[in-house]
Amino acid sequence: MERNPMRRQLAIMRQSLFDQGYLDEQFIQLEELQDDANPNFVEEVVILYYRDSARIILNLEQALERKPFDFNKLDGLMHQFKGSSSSIGAKKVKAECTLFREYCKSGNGEGCTRAFQQLKREYATLKRKLEAYFQLARQAGPAETACCRKE
Amino acid sequence: MAQSRHAVEKEQSTKITALVVDDNRINRTIHCRLLNNLGVENEVVGNGKEAVDAHCSGKKFDLILMDMEMPIMNGIEATRKLREMGNRSMIAGVSSRSMEEDIQEFIEAGLDDYQEKPLTMSKLISLIRKIKLNG
Repeated sequence: MERNPMRRQLAIMRQSLFDQGYLDEQFIQLEELQDDANPNFVEEVVILYYRDSARIILNLEQALERKPFDFNKLDGLMHQFKGSSSSIGAKKVKAECTLFREYCKSGNGEGCTRAFQQLKREYATLKRKLEAYFQLARQAGPAETACCRKE
Repeated sequence: MAQSRHAVEKEQSTKITALVVDDNRINRTIHCRLLNNLGVENEVVGNGKEAVDAHCSGKKFDLILMDMEMPIMNGIEATRKLREMGNRSMIAGVSSRSMEEDIQEFIEAGLDDYQEKPLTMSKLISLIRKIKLNG
Protein backbone atom coordinates (compact mmCIF):
# COMPACT_ATOMS: atom_id res chain seq x y z
CA MET A 1 0.00 0.00 0.00
CA GLU A 2 1.45 3.38 -0.98
CA ARG A 3 1.92 5.69 1.99
CA ASN A 4 2.60 8.76 -0.12
CA PRO A 5 -0.81 10.30 -1.05
CA MET A 6 0.41 11.36 -4.47
CA ARG A 7 1.71 7.88 -5.25
CA ARG A 8 -1.62 6.48 -4.05
CA GLN A 9 -3.41 8.79 -6.43
CA LEU A 10 -1.03 7.68 -9.18
CA ALA A 11 -1.73 4.03 -8.46
CA ILE A 12 -5.49 4.68 -8.61
CA MET A 13 -5.13 6.58 -11.87
CA ARG A 14 -3.03 3.78 -13.34
CA GLN A 15 -5.50 1.09 -12.29
CA SER A 16 -8.41 3.02 -13.80
CA LEU A 17 -6.64 3.04 -17.18
CA PHE A 18 -6.75 -0.76 -17.11
CA ASP A 19 -10.21 -1.07 -15.56
CA GLN A 20 -11.74 1.27 -18.16
CA GLY A 21 -10.10 -0.66 -20.98
CA TYR A 22 -7.73 2.01 -22.21
CA LEU A 23 -4.65 -0.11 -21.57
CA ASP A 24 -3.89 -3.81 -21.63
CA GLU A 25 -1.18 -6.20 -20.45
CA GLN A 26 1.34 -4.90 -22.99
CA PHE A 27 1.64 -1.65 -21.00
CA ILE A 28 2.71 -3.74 -18.01
CA GLN A 29 5.35 -5.38 -20.22
CA LEU A 30 6.73 -1.90 -20.92
CA GLU A 31 6.72 -1.05 -17.21
CA GLU A 32 8.74 -4.19 -16.52
CA LEU A 33 11.42 -2.92 -18.90
CA GLN A 34 11.81 0.26 -16.84
CA ASP A 35 14.54 0.32 -14.22
CA ASP A 36 16.92 2.69 -12.43
CA ALA A 37 19.10 2.95 -15.54
CA ASN A 38 16.06 3.77 -17.71
CA PRO A 39 13.59 5.37 -15.29
CA ASN A 40 11.50 7.06 -18.00
CA PHE A 41 11.42 4.24 -20.51
CA VAL A 42 7.64 3.91 -20.61
CA GLU A 43 7.07 7.62 -21.11
CA GLU A 44 9.78 7.73 -23.80
CA VAL A 45 8.10 4.94 -25.73
CA VAL A 46 4.69 6.58 -25.36
CA ILE A 47 6.12 9.88 -26.68
CA LEU A 48 7.48 7.98 -29.69
CA TYR A 49 3.99 6.58 -30.11
CA TYR A 50 2.45 10.07 -30.13
CA ARG A 51 4.89 11.19 -32.83
CA ASP A 52 4.33 8.13 -34.99
CA SER A 53 0.57 8.37 -34.52
CA ALA A 54 0.44 12.03 -35.53
CA ARG A 55 2.19 11.19 -38.79
CA ILE A 56 -0.02 8.19 -39.54
CA ILE A 57 -3.24 10.07 -38.67
CA LEU A 58 -2.23 12.87 -41.04
CA ASN A 59 -1.53 10.34 -43.81
CA LEU A 60 -4.90 8.69 -43.18
CA GLU A 61 -6.70 12.02 -43.31
CA GLN A 62 -5.06 12.83 -46.63
CA ALA A 63 -5.86 9.38 -48.00
CA LEU A 64 -9.50 9.70 -46.93
CA GLU A 65 -9.80 12.97 -48.85
CA ARG A 66 -9.01 11.22 -52.12
CA LYS A 67 -11.92 9.61 -53.93
CA PRO A 68 -12.38 6.82 -54.71
CA PHE A 69 -10.80 5.40 -51.58
CA ASP A 70 -7.66 3.35 -52.02
CA PHE A 71 -8.64 0.67 -49.51
CA ASN A 72 -5.30 -1.12 -49.81
CA LYS A 73 -3.43 2.04 -48.91
CA LEU A 74 -5.84 2.82 -46.06
CA ASP A 75 -5.48 -0.71 -44.74
CA GLY A 76 -1.71 -0.49 -44.94
CA LEU A 77 -1.64 2.74 -42.98
CA MET A 78 -4.01 1.38 -40.36
CA HIS A 79 -1.90 -1.78 -40.05
CA GLN A 80 0.99 0.47 -39.00
CA PHE A 81 -1.16 2.36 -36.52
CA LYS A 82 -2.56 -0.84 -35.08
CA GLY A 83 0.94 -2.24 -34.67
CA SER A 84 2.17 0.80 -32.78
CA SER A 85 -0.96 0.95 -30.64
CA SER A 86 -0.65 -2.72 -29.81
CA SER A 87 3.00 -2.26 -28.82
CA ILE A 88 2.15 0.22 -26.08
CA GLY A 89 -0.99 -1.58 -24.92
CA ALA A 90 -3.48 0.96 -26.28
CA LYS A 91 -6.41 -1.44 -26.11
CA LYS A 92 -9.35 0.74 -27.24
CA VAL A 93 -7.34 2.40 -30.00
CA LYS A 94 -6.26 -1.01 -31.25
CA ALA A 95 -9.90 -2.17 -31.33
CA GLU A 96 -10.88 0.84 -33.46
CA CYS A 97 -7.99 0.11 -35.81
CA THR A 98 -9.29 -3.45 -36.22
CA LEU A 99 -12.80 -2.18 -37.00
CA PHE A 100 -11.46 0.27 -39.57
CA ARG A 101 -9.51 -2.52 -41.28
CA GLU A 102 -12.66 -4.66 -41.45
CA TYR A 103 -14.40 -1.82 -43.27
CA CYS A 104 -11.42 -1.54 -45.63
CA LYS A 105 -11.60 -5.26 -46.42
CA SER A 106 -15.30 -5.01 -47.23
CA GLY A 107 -14.80 -1.80 -49.25
CA ASN A 108 -17.12 0.18 -46.99
CA GLY A 109 -16.03 3.80 -47.36
CA GLU A 110 -18.67 5.24 -45.02
CA GLY A 111 -17.72 2.71 -42.39
CA CYS A 112 -14.07 3.70 -42.74
CA THR A 113 -14.89 7.37 -42.32
CA ARG A 114 -17.02 6.72 -39.22
CA ALA A 115 -14.47 4.35 -37.71
CA PHE A 116 -11.68 6.85 -38.31
CA GLN A 117 -13.56 9.60 -36.47
CA GLN A 118 -14.15 7.26 -33.52
CA LEU A 119 -10.52 6.17 -33.59
CA LYS A 120 -9.35 9.78 -33.40
CA ARG A 121 -11.61 10.34 -30.39
CA GLU A 122 -10.26 7.26 -28.61
CA TYR A 123 -6.69 8.24 -29.42
CA ALA A 124 -7.22 11.80 -28.13
CA THR A 125 -8.76 10.49 -24.91
CA LEU A 126 -5.90 8.06 -24.32
CA LYS A 127 -3.31 10.74 -25.03
CA ARG A 128 -4.96 13.09 -22.57
CA LYS A 129 -5.15 10.44 -19.86
CA LEU A 130 -1.56 9.28 -20.35
CA GLU A 131 -0.24 12.84 -20.33
CA ALA A 132 -2.03 13.45 -17.02
CA TYR A 133 -0.69 10.14 -15.68
CA PHE A 134 2.93 10.88 -16.54
CA GLN A 135 2.64 14.43 -15.26
CA LEU A 136 1.44 13.10 -11.92
CA ALA A 137 4.17 10.44 -11.98
CA ARG A 138 6.81 13.16 -12.37
CA GLN A 139 5.31 15.14 -9.48
CA ALA A 140 5.08 12.05 -7.29
CA GLY A 141 8.75 11.25 -7.80
CA PRO A 142 10.36 7.81 -8.11
CA ALA A 143 8.67 4.85 -6.43
CA GLU A 144 10.37 2.89 -3.65
CA THR A 145 10.20 -0.19 -5.87
CA ALA A 146 10.98 -0.31 -9.59
CA CYS A 147 7.36 -0.62 -10.71
CA CYS A 148 4.07 0.66 -9.38
CA ARG A 149 2.14 -2.59 -9.14
CA LYS A 150 -1.36 -3.57 -8.17
CA GLU A 151 -1.18 -4.87 -4.56
CA MET B 1 11.11 -12.88 -8.41
CA ALA B 2 10.85 -11.66 -12.03
CA GLN B 3 14.15 -9.78 -11.63
CA SER B 4 16.07 -12.81 -10.31
CA ARG B 5 14.70 -14.95 -13.15
CA HIS B 6 15.84 -12.34 -15.63
CA ALA B 7 19.25 -12.21 -13.93
CA VAL B 8 19.65 -15.95 -14.54
CA GLU B 9 18.56 -15.58 -18.13
CA LYS B 10 20.90 -12.63 -18.55
CA GLU B 11 23.85 -14.74 -17.43
CA GLN B 12 22.89 -17.47 -19.88
CA SER B 13 22.42 -14.93 -22.68
CA THR B 14 25.95 -13.61 -22.40
CA LYS B 15 27.70 -13.51 -25.79
CA ILE B 16 24.52 -14.02 -27.80
CA THR B 17 24.11 -11.38 -30.49
CA ALA B 18 20.92 -10.27 -32.20
CA LEU B 19 19.72 -8.15 -35.08
CA VAL B 20 16.35 -6.39 -34.85
CA VAL B 21 14.78 -5.89 -38.27
CA ASP B 22 11.67 -3.70 -38.07
CA ASP B 23 10.49 -0.54 -39.80
CA ASN B 24 8.54 0.59 -36.73
CA ARG B 25 10.56 2.75 -34.37
CA ILE B 26 8.50 1.82 -31.35
CA ASN B 27 9.00 -1.89 -31.91
CA ARG B 28 12.72 -1.40 -32.48
CA THR B 29 12.97 0.50 -29.18
CA ILE B 30 11.04 -2.12 -27.25
CA HIS B 31 12.83 -5.11 -28.79
CA CYS B 32 16.22 -3.51 -28.13
CA ARG B 33 15.29 -2.89 -24.54
CA LEU B 34 14.12 -6.49 -24.13
CA LEU B 35 17.40 -7.73 -25.56
CA ASN B 36 19.49 -5.32 -23.49
CA ASN B 37 17.74 -6.47 -20.32
CA LEU B 38 18.75 -10.02 -21.17
CA GLY B 39 22.34 -9.04 -21.87
CA VAL B 40 22.06 -9.74 -25.60
CA GLU B 41 24.24 -7.47 -27.73
CA ASN B 42 22.10 -6.12 -30.51
CA GLU B 43 21.88 -3.91 -33.56
CA VAL B 44 18.86 -2.54 -35.38
CA VAL B 45 17.97 -2.00 -39.02
CA GLY B 46 14.83 -0.60 -40.61
CA ASN B 47 14.04 -3.08 -43.40
CA GLY B 48 14.93 -6.38 -44.97
CA LYS B 49 17.47 -4.95 -47.40
CA GLU B 50 19.48 -3.49 -44.52
CA ALA B 51 19.44 -6.92 -42.87
CA VAL B 52 20.77 -8.51 -46.05
CA ASP B 53 23.41 -5.76 -46.34
CA ALA B 54 24.50 -6.44 -42.76
CA HIS B 55 24.98 -10.11 -43.64
CA CYS B 56 26.91 -9.18 -46.79
CA SER B 57 29.20 -6.93 -44.76
CA GLY B 58 30.25 -9.97 -42.73
CA LYS B 59 28.25 -9.35 -39.58
CA LYS B 60 27.10 -12.47 -37.78
CA PHE B 61 24.17 -12.71 -35.41
CA ASP B 62 22.91 -15.64 -33.35
CA LEU B 63 19.35 -14.32 -33.56
CA ILE B 64 17.52 -12.21 -36.11
CA LEU B 65 14.14 -10.80 -35.09
CA MET B 66 12.51 -10.27 -38.48
CA ASP B 67 9.37 -8.22 -38.93
CA MET B 68 7.18 -9.33 -41.84
CA GLU B 69 5.87 -6.15 -43.43
CA MET B 70 8.53 -3.59 -44.20
CA PRO B 71 9.19 -1.17 -47.06
CA ILE B 72 11.96 -1.72 -49.64
CA MET B 73 12.35 -5.41 -48.75
CA ASN B 74 9.86 -7.27 -46.57
CA GLY B 75 10.67 -9.97 -44.04
CA ILE B 76 9.68 -12.87 -46.28
CA GLU B 77 11.97 -11.76 -49.08
CA ALA B 78 14.80 -10.91 -46.69
CA THR B 79 14.57 -14.29 -44.96
CA ARG B 80 14.60 -16.10 -48.29
CA LYS B 81 17.61 -14.12 -49.47
CA LEU B 82 19.53 -14.63 -46.23
CA ARG B 83 19.01 -18.39 -46.43
CA GLU B 84 20.07 -18.43 -50.08
CA MET B 85 23.27 -16.67 -49.02
CA GLY B 86 23.93 -19.34 -46.41
CA ASN B 87 22.92 -17.38 -43.32
CA ARG B 88 22.54 -19.79 -40.40
CA SER B 89 21.26 -17.41 -37.73
CA MET B 90 18.13 -18.33 -35.86
CA ILE B 91 15.61 -16.20 -37.72
CA ALA B 92 12.45 -15.57 -35.73
CA GLY B 93 9.61 -13.94 -37.58
CA VAL B 94 7.82 -11.36 -35.49
CA SER B 95 4.57 -10.03 -36.87
CA SER B 96 1.06 -8.98 -35.94
CA ARG B 97 -0.35 -11.06 -38.81
CA SER B 98 -2.52 -13.91 -37.66
CA MET B 99 -3.75 -15.34 -40.99
CA GLU B 100 -2.34 -18.81 -41.43
CA GLU B 101 -1.48 -18.39 -45.10
CA ASP B 102 0.52 -15.22 -44.38
CA ILE B 103 2.46 -16.92 -41.61
CA GLN B 104 2.98 -20.08 -43.69
CA GLU B 105 4.65 -18.15 -46.50
CA PHE B 106 6.91 -16.47 -43.94
CA ILE B 107 7.82 -19.82 -42.35
CA GLU B 108 8.50 -21.40 -45.73
CA ALA B 109 10.91 -18.58 -46.55
CA GLY B 110 13.22 -20.06 -43.91
CA LEU B 111 12.15 -19.09 -40.40
CA ASP B 112 13.21 -21.11 -37.38
CA ASP B 113 10.45 -19.69 -35.24
CA TYR B 114 7.51 -17.35 -35.40
CA GLN B 115 6.21 -15.11 -32.62
CA GLU B 116 3.13 -12.94 -32.77
CA LYS B 117 3.64 -9.30 -31.85
CA PRO B 118 4.02 -7.74 -29.46
CA LEU B 119 7.18 -9.53 -28.43
CA THR B 120 7.39 -10.11 -24.68
CA MET B 121 10.16 -11.08 -22.31
CA SER B 122 8.90 -14.66 -22.01
CA LYS B 123 8.73 -15.07 -25.81
CA LEU B 124 12.26 -13.78 -26.15
CA ILE B 125 13.54 -16.03 -23.38
CA SER B 126 12.07 -19.04 -25.18
CA LEU B 127 13.96 -18.02 -28.36
CA ILE B 128 17.24 -17.66 -26.47
CA ARG B 129 16.76 -21.03 -24.82
CA LYS B 130 16.32 -22.54 -28.27
CA ILE B 131 19.59 -20.98 -29.40
CA LYS B 132 21.37 -22.36 -26.33
CA LEU B 133 19.89 -25.83 -26.91
CA ASN B 134 20.99 -25.86 -30.54
CA GLY B 135 24.46 -24.77 -29.45
